[in-house]
Amino acid sequence: MNIIGHYNYWIVVILMMIGFYIVIAHGNLIKKLMGLSIFQTAVFFFYISIGKITGATAPILDPDFELYSNPLPHVLILTAIVVGIATTALGLALVIRIQEAYGSIEESEIQDQDTQDQMECQLEAYGYQKHSMMSVKTLDE
Amino acid sequence: MSTQLAILPVVVPLLGAPLCILLRIPRLVGLFAIVVATLSFIASCLLLLAVQNAGGLLIYEMGGWPAPWGIEYRIDYLNAYLILLVSAMGAIILVPAQTSIRRELQENRHTYFYTAYLLCLTGLLGILSTGDAFNVFVFLEISSLSSYTLIALGSDRRALTAAYQYLIMGTIGATFIIIGVGLMYMMTGTLNMFDLFQRLPEVHNSRTVLSAVGFFIVGVCLKLALFPLHLWLPNAYAYAPSVATAFLAATSTKVAVYVLIRCMFSIFGIEFVDTVLPLQQIFIVLALAGIFAASISAIYQLNIKRLFAYSSVAQIGYMILGLAIGTELGITATMLHLFNHALMKAALFLAIGSVVYRIGSAQLNHYAGLGKKMPLTMAALVVGGLSLIGVPLTVGFVSKWYLVVALIDKGWWLVVVLVLISSLLAVIYVWRIIEWVYFVPPRIIVDEVREAPLSQLIPVWLLVGANIYFGLDTTLTVGVSEAAAAALFGMLP
Amino acid sequence: MIFGIYSLLSASLFLDLDAVDVAFTEASVGAGISTLLFIATLKLVRRHEKVYRYRPIFALGVVVVTGSLLIYGTFDMPYFGDPEAPAHQHVAPRYLNDSMDEIGVPNVVTSVLASYRGFDTLGEVIVVFTAGIGVMSLLLVSRQTKQLEKGRVPAEMKGQVILRVVAKMMMPLILMFALYVQFHGDYGPGGGFQAGVIFAAGVILYTMLFGLSNAEQVFKRVVIEKLTALGVLIYAGVGIVTMVLGYNFLDYNALAHDPVHGQHYGILLVELGVGITVAAVMMNMFFKFTWRIVKHKYSVEK
Repeated sequence: MNIIGHYNYWIVVILMMIGFYIVIAHGNLIKKLMGLSIFQTAVFFFYISIGKITGATAPILDPDFELYSNPLPHVLILTAIVVGIATTALGLALVIRIQEAYGSIEESEIQDQDTQDQMECQLEAYGYQKHSMMSVKTLDE
Repeated sequence: MSTQLAILPVVVPLLGAPLCILLRIPRLVGLFAIVVATLSFIASCLLLLAVQNAGGLLIYEMGGWPAPWGIEYRIDYLNAYLILLVSAMGAIILVPAQTSIRRELQENRHTYFYTAYLLCLTGLLGILSTGDAFNVFVFLEISSLSSYTLIALGSDRRALTAAYQYLIMGTIGATFIIIGVGLMYMMTGTLNMFDLFQRLPEVHNSRTVLSAVGFFIVGVCLKLALFPLHLWLPNAYAYAPSVATAFLAATSTKVAVYVLIRCMFSIFGIEFVDTVLPLQQIFIVLALAGIFAASISAIYQLNIKRLFAYSSVAQIGYMILGLAIGTELGITATMLHLFNHALMKAALFLAIGSVVYRIGSAQLNHYAGLGKKMPLTMAALVVGGLSLIGVPLTVGFVSKWYLVVALIDKGWWLVVVLVLISSLLAVIYVWRIIEWVYFVPPRIIVDEVREAPLSQLIPVWLLVGANIYFGLDTTLTVGVSEAAAAALFGMLP
Repeated sequence: MIFGIYSLLSASLFLDLDAVDVAFTEASVGAGISTLLFIATLKLVRRHEKVYRYRPIFALGVVVVTGSLLIYGTFDMPYFGDPEAPAHQHVAPRYLNDSMDEIGVPNVVTSVLASYRGFDTLGEVIVVFTAGIGVMSLLLVSRQTKQLEKGRVPAEMKGQVILRVVAKMMMPLILMFALYVQFHGDYGPGGGFQAGVIFAAGVILYTMLFGLSNAEQVFKRVVIEKLTALGVLIYAGVGIVTMVLGYNFLDYNALAHDPVHGQHYGILLVELGVGITVAAVMMNMFFKFTWRIVKHKYSVEK
């Protein structure tokens, strides 16, 4: 019992970390969202595991049963699932817009385009700065 | 009616948001949103008074269920003060939003903007009011989802990636928070903060509680953009619509700091947090690193919104520093800086919003010569900048003063020196703006550029006025901050 | 696809852990709506991920640290399934022992969800509403796209007579089932949220087979948008009514002389609010995502 008492949690932790790894390591925006979903589902398992009591039944009151699992984690996770789908949907909507705006959903390609934009801005500004300094000088003369 | 006061600031915008969708006519929706936010502001003024009359604590039971079974609102000085701050910002910023949004957003998106704005307000106020750990998560998600929407509405395509990045980081943060809450629930069987505070000491020595603390704090730090978890913030602030930036900069990180304070003092208890974890040291190092790294990055920014976004990250460092001191004076300094920084950043970002309204750009090089064309707006920008540096007669001075006093009181001279040096960095980046605005002659023809409309000038100058007023007369801000800090330490057994 | 299977598997695991309501939700959301949205998005973007030649050591490091902190935390946890665990001792017993007298609903999950922690659920509905607003504002549909699509049925579905007939027969059944789930949540697993999702699934099935514009003629965009708001208003409105009656926010005891009856009315109403908002938001999201696919299709054709 000592060793296996926590096995359920360990499996949940491994699942959590798989999801978390996908979020951080992958450059594809959709894969990141999938990783996030897996991460969240693992957390749901964790909560539901807290609520489980060996030999108990679902918390719907019935005179035939004595022992029920803890309903509170179930309620919390119902809420969390809904929050999860809401986040996923919003994330996917963003991905669609990003695809339309950049023509890509790879993090690296998007970053390349952004750096280019940034460079252009900087060029404009510094070219301008030089120019304006010159004009200040000419005024002094 | 007075018994219902605790919940009114939250319920008013909560009802207002769906009504916006039913109303549908953009102009009306805008006005309606102002009315809603103002009502919420009035309610929170009354709430602060009510808390004062009740001796510093108001409890409101949702659905009439007593605390650990139901959800309760627990209002003391700390959150009443912040509720007031957030709802005030929410109301003021909506005034210039009316014109600013018309320029920055397509008309068919206006209704959604105001709805998301009110939802964000609801979420933030909900986090501030609640006394239930899981309820914090739910309202955190309301505020987060609506801020992703607000940011993504920005006209630049980079707004989309910024919102996406924020969504990923924010969701990881929120998930960490629920892991933390779950671990705490597992050990104590309760979700109510006050109940947790009482029941956690029994299981303080367990490793589970330790990792609960770790997860909760890391999750909150992601939300509050503590260095080095701040990467989402500069882009998000830079590309969101100007008024959205002003609102988020003035409120959302402040609320995250509040959650951190609550969690350290009212859930785990400061003694436990300090003895078990080297949190004090970690916070000092991160805060200082954040202040310096972000201030230096700010110096190199060309986009003025990005510049102030980095400065926000630095300012968060100051708040965390006050928290790390861990004394009553330190908390007072943090509270003051929360309030004062909200005033500064709201004023600054609204002033920038006015410029964007007139010239359609937030690039620093487009600001050349605006000192003559938009003198009042630019003056506001300068006063805000001075306040950011911490020049006497402004609010920035007051909070830096209290921070330094708290540091000296603790005997951390090295940190005092570093804080003063970091203020010099702020001088540099504020000076860069002044240089562009007043001393570089314009190249583009800016003849048509006029002063910002009154509907934008008045709120900006109201905030600037507040910057100066609260810099001179500190009785209200210092008084409430001290009361809040004392109450936090009063909770200790 | 595999993602959908993963969700279904999760759902059965939840069932095994006695969380029937959660299993129901995960099945309808994870395997249904969320997979659909993923597939819709994938249709718009490149199918394959770009392969990188770098070793994500940093990511691995973060994950290992986080994982070990969690594993470290597990050592002092109460054992899995232990009835003596503190989580079952403090707050939960009141729900199990007294909810029958206080609320009179056999499904404890429903009574906790809608009454004891009703404010959380209100927050949850608002989260859905917020996401709906977000998707609506991000994926606006232009009028031109709508004109082009008018009256069209997806080409690949034109020949599928059997599918279409079966779907027509299924539609009322699915919608009936949704209503059953909606109003039977007090006794069995289910409630507003699941019902909303099932209702939306029925409509989505119809849309897939008969085309977007035909579906939008039945479920008008403006109406759906207003319904999303209406659900939230019903829920919050119940709270306002109880406040006006002099009770606390969402205290359903105010709604009738007998507290248990009041609780019944209250739960019925708020679940209705949840159902309306969820169904409307889910349909709306699906419509918005599909419109993007349609728009993409026409822009490619041009």
